[in-house]
Amino acid sequence: MRLTRRDFLKAAGGLGAAMLTSPFLTKVAEALEKGNKNIPVIWIQGQTDAGCSESILNTVQPTVVDIVTDIISLKFHQTVMAASGHQCIDVLHEALKSNEKFILVVEGAVPVKDDGIYCTIGEDDTGKPITFLKWVKDLGEKAMYVVALGTCATWGGIPAAEPNPTGAKPVTAIIDPKKVVNLPGCPARPHHLVGLLAHLKLFGMPELDSKRRPMVFFARLIHDNCEMRPFFEKGDFAKTFAEKKCMYLLGCKGPITYNDCPNYQWNSGLNWPIRGGSPCIGCAAESFIGSTGNGIYMRLPEAKVPGIPGLKVKADKFGTVVGAATVGGIIAHAVGRALSSKKKKEENKESKGE
Amino acid sequence: MAKKVVIDPITRIEGHYSIEIEVEGGRIKDAWARGDMFRGWEIILKGRDPQDAVNVTQRICGVCPVAHAMASVKALDSAFKVTPPDNGRIIRNLMAAGNLLHSHILHFYHLVALDFVDITAILEYKGNDPTMNNIKEWVKKEVSTGSKTAGAPFLPRYKGDYIKDKELNLTAINHYVKAFEIARTAQEMIAIWGGKMPHVTGIVPGGVAETVTAERIASYLYRLRKIKEFIDACYIPDVIAVAKAYPQWFKIGAGYKNLLAYGIFELNNEGTETYHIPGAFIEGKLETLDQKNIKEEVFYAKYSSPTGLHPFEGETTPDPKKPNAYTWVKAARYNTKPMEVGPLARMAITHLSGKRPEVSNLVTNTLKSLNADVSALFSVLGRHACRALELKIVAEQTEKWLLELKPGQPVNNHYEVPKESEGFGLTEAQRGALGHWIKIKDHKIERYQCVVPSTWNCGPRDDKGVRGVIEEALIGTPIADPENPIEAVRVVRSFDPCLACAIHVITPESNEVKTFRVA
Repeated sequence: MRLTRRDFLKAAGGLGAAMLTSPFLTKVAEALEKGNKNIPVIWIQGQTDAGCSESILNTVQPTVVDIVTDIISLKFHQTVMAASGHQCIDVLHEALKSNEKFILVVEGAVPVKDDGIYCTIGEDDTGKPITFLKWVKDLGEKAMYVVALGTCATWGGIPAAEPNPTGAKPVTAIIDPKKVVNLPGCPARPHHLVGLLAHLKLFGMPELDSKRRPMVFFARLIHDNCEMRPFFEKGDFAKTFAEKKCMYLLGCKGPITYNDCPNYQWNSGLNWPIRGGSPCIGCAAESFIGSTGNGIYMRLPEAKVPGIPGLKVKADKFGTVVGAATVGGIIAHAVGRALSSKKKKEENKESKGE
Repeated sequence: MAKKVVIDPITRIEGHYSIEIEVEGGRIKDAWARGDMFRGWEIILKGRDPQDAVNVTQRICGVCPVAHAMASVKALDSAFKVTPPDNGRIIRNLMAAGNLLHSHILHFYHLVALDFVDITAILEYKGNDPTMNNIKEWVKKEVSTGSKTAGAPFLPRYKGDYIKDKELNLTAINHYVKAFEIARTAQEMIAIWGGKMPHVTGIVPGGVAETVTAERIASYLYRLRKIKEFIDACYIPDVIAVAKAYPQWFKIGAGYKNLLAYGIFELNNEGTETYHIPGAFIEGKLETLDQKNIKEEVFYAKYSSPTGLHPFEGETTPDPKKPNAYTWVKAARYNTKPMEVGPLARMAITHLSGKRPEVSNLVTNTLKSLNADVSALFSVLGRHACRALELKIVAEQTEKWLLELKPGQPVNNHYEVPKESEGFGLTEAQRGALGHWIKIKDHKIERYQCVVPSTWNCGPRDDKGVRGVIEEALIGTPIADPENPIEAVRVVRSFDPCLACAIHVITPESNEVKTFRVA
């Protein structure tokens, strides 16, 4: 039983009505009826916690079984495959020898320090461990497309955070970026990977932004569509977790993070971090964890807010309601108001905790 | 004739890990376990805001992020001198329970089952289930291509003694598919309170970030009951069916029989009482847990930092070229002893403590129904059985805790990050005892150390050359065919290791060592 157009539209409906209006998905649905051959996928894991793999398993429609039987042919994935040892390493060697086209999915960062000795998979004929770096280079060169899955593969992520003890690099630093598509997020989201694989299989490369992220998923800042946005506009800010207001003062990274969490939420649409009473930690942002001074709950630089030099790039996306210049004023005003009221409260010796 | 067989990597586990095994007379005589990946989390945490640790350490493991968040937040709570309110404590337990439900089911069906179940039995399926027929048609089509990788990711596989009972195979395949939905449902239970999963944002010092509403309680309860049904109707019967088909596996993979558990599921806000009982079971005697007895030795680990340090003093300086060292995993020891951690340790210690009669009854009755005594728990099947029984108990208790939540009441307490302090958090990840230790100076992390379950189970020899836990459990395991060492991977997977593995098998029958490829 193959995935039909009807199945697909039903699946897309499960992701939210907004997606149905996307011409991209309608095209996918039409093309699925042509019943293309499953595209081989080789999925390798480097400096990762397997969180992206776990996340993809949360796919609802299509199901994991649908994906494996109808969309892709999953040749290699260490967490899933039956084979062990050379049986499975042979699959990789076979892919390097064969002329069959495949998509390479890279989960995790690539350590390059000391010739990549910090992560190895399998051994060569002499018993020497083969580095993940070499696998990414060799398989990447041969692959038709490469998906950098998750924040570690896209930006380097936590392994590359200061002081980057293993010289961790993103996939685009190792292989020709022209064939790479980045799907940041810690973890990456199921519909991002499934949507991308379907697109690559049916239409080739999707439209990407300057950081090689698919526009269909990463065109907007979290802040643009945030359900707490009205509180931001009013200058009504949460001062502790669980307050369910704008969490700008708690260090929310929504204003610098491109992702579609507000549109599709997480885990079958049950919740998402901001609705759940905690700020966005910017897990899909290039700066995630990053330098030592870059705290998760540290407010986005206050000094930069009024003129928004730090946020300038994103300022034009702050919404259709107000222009960039006014947004700066509103933030400055709102933050100022919140801080002064907080100060007053403290002076009155009122508890600011819950 | 001597043989060296290399299995690299071991799949269907989390992470990068490798083991070398010597086989003599058809049995494993010696073993070396190696971790093959290093990221340096503890180095990266240094100098950061202590609050960041809850989010950063979750990314150690995408399978057990809630456990890391819990160990971390407990370390911060103790350093910040804050405790959660009732709601905060209970919601943390609900998330930890969700993570346990998710992981144990995923482990048995998606990581372990393919070592026992014959997936090709699907070709004999004659029923009407559309998903089963879909898989059957797909396998048929794949096999007809004659490609070397036809049927991937389920084929190729080791040759071995897979289940022969057609109905049992078909039932297991059906449940393998169903378990994806169940595992996803468990992830949803966590997201209800944690914002998202994997990697929650809702666990914060002093409590949690999500509020209590009747709707959230109902949403969690609905999913919990669905999973409970699966545990009773599928998971436990399947584990028992596998146990009955492979009785000899109650005698394989015993290991040291030293067990360590920190306890989990706080029953009071101070965290001094947990549902699972903490303790150390050493040479047949149950002792009270004292975290001061934990040390990490690094003679055989790729670190140049000093050996034998308590985690509060722990250091992590990588040295990939260190002579003698064969792994990135340190050798954790309790009172100098190697200790097994995990569901077996938790269930056995809780049972032996006599404090949870429902646990003792379940363990005793299950053993009776399998005609086995307590010593059978120290085995490959014993570990799988303890995992299943633990899940039944936890699902039952979780429903009680859920209904203790009070809508409208606070979920967190106020805290300040102190200028200087230290603390530790002990909990249980799905695969065993997990501890985080933190030292704070100038409001920043001065030192952070994690001793994870796989440090205990998957670690190397200690400074005295005493084998690690999995290394020891492999000793004596029969290997019918060194080119298809399915027995070795069954032992390794029974521990649910949390790092990717490779195994090396050496068969010394002379001084000469000949290398064989394992196909």
